[in-house]
Amino acid sequence: MLGHFGIDYHSRIAVLQVANLSFSYGATPVLDAISFSVEAGEFAALVGPNGSGKSTLLKLVLGLLTPNTGTVSLLGGAPTELRQRGRLGYVAQRQALPKDFPCTVEEVVTAGRLNRIGWRARMRAGDRFEVDHALESVSLLGLRKRRIGELSGGQQQRAFIAKALASQPELLILDEPIAGVDAQSQDEFATALTHLRDEHGAAIVLVSHELGAVAHALDRVLVLKRTIVFNGAPEGLTAQGISLGIHGHDLPVWLEGLR
Amino acid sequence: MNTVGLRFGALLLPWPFEREYLQLALVAGLVVGICAPIIGAYLVQRNLSLMGDGLGHLAFAGVGLALLTDTSPLWVALAVTIVGALIVERIRARSKSSGDLALSLVFYSGLAMGSVLLGRAGAGAKASSYLFGSLLSIDRTETLVVVVSGVVIVAVMAVIGRSLFAVLVDEEAAAVGGLPVRTLNDVLMVLTAITVVVGMRTVGILLVSALMVLPVGASKALTTSFRSLLVVGSAFGVGSVVAGLVLSRVVDTFAGGTIVLVASAAFLLASLVGRSR
Repeated sequence: MLGHFGIDYHSRIAVLQVANLSFSYGATPVLDAISFSVEAGEFAALVGPNGSGKSTLLKLVLGLLTPNTGTVSLLGGAPTELRQRGRLGYVAQRQALPKDFPCTVEEVVTAGRLNRIGWRARMRAGDRFEVDHALESVSLLGLRKRRIGELSGGQQQRAFIAKALASQPELLILDEPIAGVDAQSQDEFATALTHLRDEHGAAIVLVSHELGAVAHALDRVLVLKRTIVFNGAPEGLTAQGISLGIHGHDLPVWLEGLR
Repeated sequence: MNTVGLRFGALLLPWPFEREYLQLALVAGLVVGICAPIIGAYLVQRNLSLMGDGLGHLAFAGVGLALLTDTSPLWVALAVTIVGALIVERIRARSKSSGDLALSLVFYSGLAMGSVLLGRAGAGAKASSYLFGSLLSIDRTETLVVVVSGVVIVAVMAVIGRSLFAVLVDEEAAAVGGLPVRTLNDVLMVLTAITVVVGMRTVGILLVSALMVLPVGASKALTTSFRSLLVVGSAFGVGSVVAGLVLSRVVDTFAGGTIVLVASAAFLLASLVGRSR
């Protein structure tokens, strides 16, 4: 079955493979023998306490750092070798933009589309359709002409997800996307991500120290504390009595206990 | 010799631009009026509003060096400012912030060096024409250099503008998306340096930064999109130059300062209008 972007997301191809990865800053080991994979159409969360190495692992996966040992295969090759960068969507951890930031929601999302078709390419009708579709996916079509800074933190986060969606990514990586976002926005955020997975067949990796309303949509949870200490379906964690969702703070408390 | 024929546009433009030197001033001023806000829009959004001012200090050192060595102030200032701009960008990128103190060291050393070199060259009296501009004494060759530089600035921005915008919105995502962020930032700094030197003869080293910032501030108060920020910003820049030149002729004031005062007034007015909407 082909998804919206013609991706055969039932073929279960690994879009991200990390094998025996280790990294240290000088003499300080940060990551040790990390191995896991994420398949096409899979929604995974990478969670860990502060200082567990999440940010370092993310930089290694994105090709911003080079591992001491081990390999990363991102969409079929080394991260630095990925030529069609639009195949990878990335939503960075960020502060909310100031109110007077002079650009519209549509301009932000269009930048994502240009990442796919080329920065000097002319936007055609099909490209504008994909921008509209991405905005619709995150329920922001009606706010397209608004200044991005006038949106709430949650809405801005969704706009940046739409920016990533507009490049039709096969893999979407989000760094701490729900930090400081209210419960309603978290719900809308979870809907947008499941839509991306179910309709577009993209794989999603969410890096976070909390899962909130997104927890129920996950296919897999990876728990990191210098190495992968849990890799499996979320039910595997809940079976241990750890609530992942919004009902209490079990997960963050448990993660901190891993230190 | 048909002197009328040599005066391009001399018969076409009415008062107050009926004379050739006024038309040359108008052309040079318009180029700066268009280009400075385009570059300034990116600087302002990156909280680098005063970068043009700082690079102007370096341009002053270039002018001093040129007058001491009897070479062209325009070209020497251009070379010194471009090299300085790239060094400043390295400092800024490494410090992960505006690198306040390190930048102050570079900028004020530039200004002081300019003052010392000008003194050694015995050309202290010329300092004010570079610091505050001398638009009405601009000659044809200088105007041509200004126009060519303006075309280069607009052409380069047309090519890299979208990429620069992506960096502006989210630098980390732009880097992950494969954009050469460091090179783009370098190019922006080089274009800023060119704009500063081009503006040196029009509104002067101390005031060129104003045309990078004030029209952008005015535009920001009235516009929503980044595209309109650039267009309306340049319109404010052009409007300030034309109105400033006319006003300076009417009330007999320095052209550079008058242009910037008009830009300041436009900024204040636009801010009031923007706030009331």
